[in-house]
Amino acid sequence: MSIMSNVFGEHKLPREHYLNATYGIRSWLLTTDHKRIALLYLASVTFFFFVGGLFAAMIRIHLLTPGGYLVSPETYNKLFTMHGVAMIFFFLIPSIPAVLGNFLVPIMIGAKDLAFPKINLLSWYIYLIGGGFVLYSFSTGGLDTGWTFYTPLSSVYSNSAVTPAVIGIFINGFSSILTGLNFVVTIHTMRAPGMTWFRLPLFVWAQYATSLIFILGTPVIAITLLLAGLERMFHLGFFNPALGGDPILFQHLFWFYSHPAVYIMILPAMGVVSEIIPTFSRKPIFGYAFIAGSSIAIAVIGFLVWAHHMFLTGESTYAALAFSLLSYLVAIPSAVKVFNWTSTLYKGSISYDTPMLYALGFIGLFLIGGLTGLFLACLGLDIHIHDTYFVVAHFHYIMVGGAVMGYVGGLHFWWPKITGRLYPEFLARTAAVVLFVGFNLTFFPQFILGYLGMPRRYHTYPEEFQALNVMSTAGASILALGYLLPMVYLIWSMRYGKIAGPNPWPATGLEWKTDSPPLTENFHVTPIVDWEPYDFSRRPDLGLIAGGSLAPAHGDD
Amino acid sequence: MHRTGELYGQFQTLEQQKDSAALGMWVFLVTEVLFFGGLFLTYTINRHAFSTAFGVSSNTLDLWLGGFNTVVLIMSSMTMAMSVWAAQVGKKKQVTVFLILTLLLGTTFLGVKVIEYTQKFQHHLVPAYHFDITYHSNHPLATDKPEEIANEKEELEKAVDRKNPANDQDLNAHAQLYFSLYFGMTGLHALHMIVGAGLLVWLIKESLRGRFTPQYNTPVEIVGLYWHFVDIVWIYLFPLLYLIDRHR
Repeated sequence: MSIMSNVFGEHKLPREHYLNATYGIRSWLLTTDHKRIALLYLASVTFFFFVGGLFAAMIRIHLLTPGGYLVSPETYNKLFTMHGVAMIFFFLIPSIPAVLGNFLVPIMIGAKDLAFPKINLLSWYIYLIGGGFVLYSFSTGGLDTGWTFYTPLSSVYSNSAVTPAVIGIFINGFSSILTGLNFVVTIHTMRAPGMTWFRLPLFVWAQYATSLIFILGTPVIAITLLLAGLERMFHLGFFNPALGGDPILFQHLFWFYSHPAVYIMILPAMGVVSEIIPTFSRKPIFGYAFIAGSSIAIAVIGFLVWAHHMFLTGESTYAALAFSLLSYLVAIPSAVKVFNWTSTLYKGSISYDTPMLYALGFIGLFLIGGLTGLFLACLGLDIHIHDTYFVVAHFHYIMVGGAVMGYVGGLHFWWPKITGRLYPEFLARTAAVVLFVGFNLTFFPQFILGYLGMPRRYHTYPEEFQALNVMSTAGASILALGYLLPMVYLIWSMRYGKIAGPNPWPATGLEWKTDSPPLTENFHVTPIVDWEPYDFSRRPDLGLIAGGSLAPAHGDD
Repeated sequence: MHRTGELYGQFQTLEQQKDSAALGMWVFLVTEVLFFGGLFLTYTINRHAFSTAFGVSSNTLDLWLGGFNTVVLIMSSMTMAMSVWAAQVGKKKQVTVFLILTLLLGTTFLGVKVIEYTQKFQHHLVPAYHFDITYHSNHPLATDKPEEIANEKEELEKAVDRKNPANDQDLNAHAQLYFSLYFGMTGLHALHMIVGAGLLVWLIKESLRGRFTPQYNTPVEIVGLYWHFVDIVWIYLFPLLYLIDRHR
């Protein structure tokens, strides 16, 4: 490391790294380097984020007035459907695993690459093909079934372009499956000497748990949508009651994947937070084994709660009771995480760098999202607030307040590693605060709207709900600014940002022991791990002076 | 990543590479179990809901062809296992011979499947394409045995007879559901067989070059895993589709 920094602590970019190892469009499109594939994913999920964001903006503008003048009711149905499909299948699910996970998992465990680099590239192409089908559906008639594709609406009655959308999501599923498969095998077989299971960073544990859901859940949604698609194309009757099929069976199969899919979105974000909190508290994480175990517990219990989406379909009371109880159980490992993070903060030497702001924001928003989830797991209360804006607010607190906050926070945290440069700290902190304020202003009023009885997916609402809806739309505008800001300064920093050096925070993980940006092979020599995770005290290489006051993590700009 | 001999650059040792490949295939097979699982669940629920229509429909399948195919597949699993063994002990010639045998048995299975599908097509039992469960009994071919046609007719009449407690007034729709699942499940299985056959062709080509040795035989082993899995799917499909409630 001393090669990289001179006596004044100024850093230089390493002479050779994965970004300048080879040049040309072919070297990117045919790369098998997990770090480059991560950047390919970064570009494509960002594209879909803005597609989904555009639909969200139109929804919010339409709902400014009770009558809604912007679009027709039919178009409104398409807007919320396409918003959901773009955001869930093509942004949230691949975001952290395929971008940050792809970049970090091999480096964090001290490997040169994932176990199957070509399959990794294949999964990106599969994602693109699936995304292409879905964009084709969006642009040739749109999609109006809701992101849930409930039959027989999707398989018989809808007049929108359901078939290409279903094919696209079916294809995209294999991208998730291959990513999950790659991670599981890599974490099992590619760990560096000394990197035992209980020395793995918690981010890797979270990716492992997520991969389990990819592997066990995604095939089920694939076959379900395949059957629904065949039903639509060939007028078969798997889920069509008129032909003897069972629409409730579709819902069971759909939610068997799509509830665990929520944990696909939130678990990796929890992994990000588990990395950020100890770094900016300068303290080993509290209850490492419990946080690791709770990731696995969430993945496992998450598979046993799907029918809480179906309390109102007339499922048996006893089944509903069991699913209600199991849904409450998920709160336990989730709470274990929150308590452990806050205990890590306790008496820590906290610095409020940008990633830390996102992590703290995550804890607060996830707490609200999680607690309102308990309302919905409650059989009696769910009857009242089912399919209202309360549900919409709840899952946006988890998916946007939780997953997206974690993703953006993680992008900032590892940006110096990915690009070798720092982003402008003041702007970044401002953006984090803008996001937090904008998010709460958008979605908190929706809890109240839902509780007062405003149903979701309606293009119109009674006049007394207008004030809260205007607040929500105003919040959404602030939120949009909060997303555009990082977009601008992160791109700016790729060229003009201050050189970061190998470990700017400093943090304890293996990824910070190599160059920023790393070599194509990640490490000059395969590292040997002889320290415990998140241990600052026995790590002279971090440059923290024992007994002295801790340097501000971000320098003094 | 650069490749040195059979070792890809991201791995440290051949053993690590082999472990990764084998684990990767096992994980893939887990996803396959869940993929087929959705179909098995749909089938089981409908079999329970419409047992009369499903019983009548499964009786139209040719037990002899199905049984023959089951034997063929089990034999192919044996030859596949033999080729893995031959690769492990370094009998290079036998690897190729057993792989070719496996491929022949696999294509035999697919050929018989073509005969069965053709039959269903002629009997108007392809869903959404003039589907009519009574067509065959009303339009028998010259080669059909008269008493079998009479049996079939009697069974169909009984299935819609209101005096029969297990009657099904929507027999044709529910029979079509059966055949949707029949074609879905056997079609998906056949697709996996075709992929497997393609992999076998590649293995045969590589083994003719003498690539598989006791030190390096991972491809044979993991294609073997895949092949056995596809066979096991059929071992479940055969009784589910052909044997339950068989009475003719």
